[in-house]
This record gives sequence, C-alpha cells and structure tokens, in this order.
Amino acid sequence: MAYTEEELKKELETKEYEYGFYTDIESDTLPVGLNEDIVRAISKKKNEPEWMTEWRLEAYRAWTEMEEPEWANVKYKKPDFQAISYYSAPKKKPQYDSLDDVDPELLDTFKKLGISIDEQKKLAGVAVDVVMDSVSVATTFKKTLAEKGIIFCSISEAIQEHPELVKKYLGTVVPKKDNFYAALNSAVFSDGSFCYIPKGVRCPMELSTYFRINQAGTGQFERTLVVADESSYVSYLEGCTAPMRDENQLHAAVVELIALDGAEIKYSTVQNWFPGNKEGKGGVFNFVTKRGLCEKNSKISWTQVETGSAVTWKYPSCILKGDNSVGEFYSIAVTNNYQQADTGTKMIHLGKNTKSTIISKGISAGKSQNSYRGLVQVQGRAENARNFSQCDSLLMGNECGAHTFPYIETKNKTAQIEHEATTSKIGEDQIFYCNQRGIDTEKAIALIVNGFSKEVLNKLPMEFAVEAQKLLEISLEGSVG
Amino acid sequence: MLKIKNLHASVEDKEILKGINLEVKPGEVHAIMGPNGSGKSTLSSVIAGNEDFEVTEGTIEFLGENIDELAPEERAHKGIFLSFQYPVEIPGVTVTNFMKTAINETRRAQGLEDMPANEMLKKIREKSELLEIDRKFLSRSLNQGFSGGEKKRNEIFQMAMLEPKLAILDETDSGLDIDALKIVSDGVNRLKSKDNAVVVITHYQRLLEYIVPDYVHVLLNGRIVKSGTKELALELEEKGYDWIKQELAV
Repeated sequence: MAYTEEELKKELETKEYEYGFYTDIESDTLPVGLNEDIVRAISKKKNEPEWMTEWRLEAYRAWTEMEEPEWANVKYKKPDFQAISYYSAPKKKPQYDSLDDVDPELLDTFKKLGISIDEQKKLAGVAVDVVMDSVSVATTFKKTLAEKGIIFCSISEAIQEHPELVKKYLGTVVPKKDNFYAALNSAVFSDGSFCYIPKGVRCPMELSTYFRINQAGTGQFERTLVVADESSYVSYLEGCTAPMRDENQLHAAVVELIALDGAEIKYSTVQNWFPGNKEGKGGVFNFVTKRGLCEKNSKISWTQVETGSAVTWKYPSCILKGDNSVGEFYSIAVTNNYQQADTGTKMIHLGKNTKSTIISKGISAGKSQNSYRGLVQVQGRAENARNFSQCDSLLMGNECGAHTFPYIETKNKTAQIEHEATTSKIGEDQIFYCNQRGIDTEKAIALIVNGFSKEVLNKLPMEFAVEAQKLLEISLEGSVG
Repeated sequence: MLKIKNLHASVEDKEILKGINLEVKPGEVHAIMGPNGSGKSTLSSVIAGNEDFEVTEGTIEFLGENIDELAPEERAHKGIFLSFQYPVEIPGVTVTNFMKTAINETRRAQGLEDMPANEMLKKIREKSELLEIDRKFLSRSLNQGFSGGEKKRNEIFQMAMLEPKLAILDETDSGLDIDALKIVSDGVNRLKSKDNAVVVITHYQRLLEYIVPDYVHVLLNGRIVKSGTKELALELEEKGYDWIKQELAV
C-alpha cells in the first residue's frame, strides 16, 4: 500500500540516527567547569607558549562579561557552562607513522562512517586531517603538500611549529571578543586545523577534515584558520557526524579564512551532528562563527549542507575589503522533527566593485523551524557593489516553519542589490505523479529535494556532493504530508 | 488484460463511481467519453491507485491478478501508465533524470539491474525522435515552464520510454493545437501493438479521429450507460450528451 500521512509520520519517528554509535576509547578529560585555571590547564596540556596562554585568558575574561545572544529565531535551554568539561583527548596521544599504529577501535569507527582513511588515501587525492574529540590523530598526505610549501596541520601543531603565522592571523577576522561563542571558543579551543597556501600556489588536492564529537559531556571547540597567500588557491572540505548522546552537546567552532590579493578559497561543509530524537531530546547545539576576509581581487566561496544539530546558529560571512573581491554563499539547510536552524550569511562590501552572491535553500519537515537570516551591507566607499540573493524554502507537512530575515543596508547609491524569495511545498500530487511512474514515495522525496537543492549541490566538490545527496535522503526519509 | 467489476469509488464520502464494468483485452483501444463531472478522471485515478479515492465496492484485475491492494508504484511496475490531464512540475529534476529514475526503479522492482547508460541514451534518442522532441527539451526541469502542448507531448514521451502494457490517456487532447495533436496521436499509434492496450479518456470526439478506438463507452453520472463502436463517438459529437440522457430516461 502507498503511504498515508499517519504511516509516514510513524516511520519518520521510529527512524534512528544513522550514525548513532559510540566508540569506547580511553580519554584524558579535565574536570567540569570553567575558570582561569582551566584555561591555563588547557594551554599547558597543549604545551602552548606564554603568548597563547595570555591570548586565551584575555578571551576568557571578555567572555565572562558577555551575555549569550537571544536574537536568533531559536528556543533552547541554555547550556550550563560550568557543567561542561572543556578538554578531552584520546589517551594514547599519538604521533603515528602509519595507520597500523592507530587504535584499531578508532579505525573501526571510521569504517562505520564509511570514511576509512585507507579508502580516503586511495580515493581522489584527498588528504584527511581527522579530529577525533579534540586532538588530531592522523594526518595524511603531509609530504606531498610540504613539497609545495603548503602547511596543513592541527592548529596546536601550528602554534608550536609556525607561531609567526598563527600570531599574525589568529583572531584577525573573528576577534576574540567578537561574540559570546567566539570568545568562549578563543578561551578554550582544544584543536582544529590550520592551513597555509604560499604565494602563487594552487593546492593540488581538496583538503579535508572530518570532525566527530565522541566524549559524553565534552563540548567541542574547534578552531580553524585558513590563510591563502597572494594568488593562491585552495578548496577546503569540512564534514562531520556525531554519535548518539542523551544530553545536549555544545559545539562552538570558529573558522577564519584569509584570502590575500588575488587568492581564492572555496570552503565546503557537510554538517551532520546528532539532531536529537523524535521528541526533540538531545542533539548538538551548534553555535558557529565563520568569517572570511577578502583582499584585492580575491574570492571566498562558502558552500554548506546542514542536516544535523538540534539548534544551529551559523552565518558564514565575507568581508569584501579589497576592491574587486567576490564573496559567495551557497547553503542547503534541512530541519526535521524538532530541529531549529537560524542560518545565513553576512556580505560586507567595503571595497569598490565588490560582488556577492547568496543562494539559500531551506528544507523544513516535521515540527522543525528553519530560518534564513542574512545581511547585505554596502559601505560608503564601496562604489558599484553588487549583490544577488535568492532564498527558497521547501516545506513538508503542516507543522514546520520557514522564515526569511533579509537585512539590506546600503550607504552608496551605486549599489545594485537583488533579492528573490520563494516558498513551496512538496505536494501529494507530485508524489502521486512519481508513484505512477514507478518511483516509490521515499525515492520521490529524494528526487524532489535533490532537484530543489541542485544549484547548491552543484557547487560542492564531486565526492562531497555524493555524500551530501545521501545525507539529504537520510534526513528526510518519509517526511511528506 | 484489465477487468473492472462493479467498481464503486468515492472521495470524501461522495460516491463518484457507481458500479463500473469494463474489460480491455490486449491490442484493443477503448475510448471513454462523457461530460464534465461524469467520473472519467476519477476512473483513471482509481485504476492507477490514487489513494485520494476510496474504493468501496468491486474489484480491478490486471493481467489476471487482483490489484486492489497494490500501491500506485506497484501498479506502474506491472505496466499501468497514466498520462495525466495536468502533469505536475518538479523543479530541478530534468526530464532525462526523471525517466532514468523511473525506468531503473521499475527494473529494480522486477529484479533487473539498472539500465546501462549507453542503452538509456540510445532509447532516449529513439523515443524523442519518434515524438519530434528537441533534445534540449530533455535537459529542462520536468514540466516547469512547459506549454500545454509540451506537457502532453512529454507525457507521451514518458509512455514511449516506459513501454506500458496498458496506457490510460486522460484528456490528452486538451490544450493541444492541431499539429501537436497529430504528433501525439502518431506517437501513440506507433507505440500500439497486439500486446498492449490503450484507454483514451476524452470529452470530445476530435482525438478519436487520430487514435481510432475499437470500442466507445459513455460514462454518465458514475456509470457506463452505453457502449458501442467508433460510430457512437460520431453520434455523440452530433447529438450531444443530452441525447443519451433522454434516451436513458425513456
């Protein structure tokens, strides 16, 4: 029999989180709570130099003066920041020479996720810097990259090995006092990735990091810094899945991108943190600050596929400082059950002839709420700035919500700004049409959703696009009304 | 091939089909005619398995098997095709991608492997030539921004691709100009064989000049009140449906 709405709802509710398993690895965890001693302890555990410890402490002090923002269109019980452990590292602190030395249980986890490093190594020349909990445990392809002078390592390692670069750029795009979560991250970030592409170098492979939260009660505070020197190019992939947890997990990452004159950075994300169960219990709180700075003739392109997290608060942005610089934001945000997402971008036009494009696709199902929030700002000196924004929403069922909050501020008369928005619903008639052609309801939804998201999926690197398509299908199975 | 016995169907407790009997054999073309609201489109929807309609009595047999409990896609897999009166739009999904998915889903249901890409391309080329369809058309989003004629031609293209045993054409002539009508009917005629059957649902006799039926049935108020050969269609055209109503009243 074909699905009735009731059957569909039931099926959706019983659908378990696909990646909900948990790896039992001994961890070295700091006691819960946050104070200056904990910040110092994190810094010490990572053997950081004094300047870094001070930097963290300054951020911590600023954070204590700040309040959690409330303007987003999301409702959640605020985390108790004193009930979180701010550091957790796999105990067998590794510097592996080969995969044989890696904890077999960890390798098993990768296999379950379908991202075995072996496979990654062979496939498509993707170098993977895997962040398991907080410490990088495996980095591949380093050699090939090193030959080109490319630095791709954990941020901890960068602080040790390349302090001059870290000191020069860290916190320049997202200042440590930028916002509540950015300040928290600056104080306690445990690890993350660092990437530097030298002048004129085109990075020969997609750089990829897989994140996983894997310790009950530990927050995840990733710090990513990508610097593309003059006329260089890099494509960076970030993807994550999280195991099933009962309590909420806090994720407050900071990503900073710096594109110097003539450089191009393409930053792609597939986000699949645990979204909580059918009653809306559990799930990751994802409060992320992502921002890029564009110098002259440079380009930064953000592409994101957001399917996970209970609460998402995320606005990958571009500061178009240099003349003729280009900012792009392509986003697919899927919410189901009780998920809430408030996501979008900020395009700040400072330089002349700067251009920005925003394509946002929101898909809401179940009882979820999905908001696009975007700011296009043109400053007085930004002659001939141009923006095109398109925000499309797709609804499934009658209990979800889609919202659009576009802000436009312009101080220059030469600016050209376009905004288009549509809202549509997957109809029973579309499903029946597909059914009549032999396509079952699940597949029909996948087809319709993929069609809706196509403009953004096309922006993803090939191997990521396949994974993203699969995620869209998993996230929305059976959710039509 | 298709045996409908005493079929009653209703939507929101309103009975629309009130005891339909119809038998269609391989190689035959049947026309179902009737005024607006007589239940023509309901009949096609019910055969295809649309669950907006509730079957309250009677049975539908297809190829000797009772299909009452089968989902729409299962009926499609068995070879039932419905050309929609109002084909829906699916933005971002190309005609080619849609057909590829439909064909492979059907093959999987039959325990076959996916159709190899080169075979698929060959088939698409053949069938689009048959229906004089521009190749560019195939990479457009399904039915999005299509004219009325393009939509109907696309329906028949899909029929050609899926090669059903039973094709139901629901008001395929509406919205077609005379040239498009010819192309569409030519396509249907070329797809006809002794092994498949066509049920043409139409308000007017016009289409039946091109797709010539073996039998014509008149549907009135949820019942087939008169059956005959193609001459019946001409008589209807001439005298209108009131003539039947009067005849029945006598």
